[in-house]
Amino acid sequence: MSQLKVKFFASLREQLGSDSVELAWTDGQSIQVLIDLLKEQLGEAANILDQSEILVAVNQTMVDRDHHINAQDEIAFLPPVTGG
Amino acid sequence: MISFHIRVSELDFDAQEEVTRLSVLGTGGVNTFVGVVRDSNDESDVKCLRLEHYPGMTEKQIEEILSEASSRFDILAATVIHRVGDLYPGDQIVFVGVASAHRGEAFDAAEFLIDYLKTKATFWKKEFTPEGPRWLTTRKTDVDTAEDWNR
Repeated sequence: MSQLKVKFFASLREQLGSDSVELAWTDGQSIQVLIDLLKEQLGEAANILDQSEILVAVNQTMVDRDHHINAQDEIAFLPPVTGG
Repeated sequence: MISFHIRVSELDFDAQEEVTRLSVLGTGGVNTFVGVVRDSNDESDVKCLRLEHYPGMTEKQIEEILSEASSRFDILAATVIHRVGDLYPGDQIVFVGVASAHRGEAFDAAEFLIDYLKTKATFWKKEFTPEGPRWLTTRKTDVDTAEDWNR
């Protein structure tokens, strides 16, 4: 099992109290599994990751919750964007 | 060969310089949009606007949006500059410029670019108001406007 690094941006970073976490990861599991593990590790605050408006990027590309990831992937959870 | 220029940084920009850069050979017109920080939003005074992005990913997304624009419109050059960090009312926040042989394509492409930038690129705004700080949420009207390009 290797370590997976997960980043949080903007309001999510503030709500979760951290810009990134690391957790033990078995390659090939889905984003949904990751969310469940994050809820165990971070507690109730991480329930927000279940909201469909929260975006997930793997290696800087948006993916769905059923996307499978490996420990060397760059994972980020992103709140809805408000640029321009 | 279309010339794209992208910059995401804290630095301000000079719109006239960007127009000069965009005026490549064959250009018949340059259309630009400059976004400016407003001093109020949703009935609150805005003292400061903090812009955050996802370094690496945001630039990549802008590149994709520019590629999309060049496949939809007949353009010669395009520039997107987006500022991040702490900005104040009256500050320039975003520059979109498009050069084309004829005005129609430049107008359409610039509008497309700002519509997509607002809803598809990873930027986040936090407003500081007398009532306290607050993160902005995506406006449904902005999402609808961006989606209109696919109808």
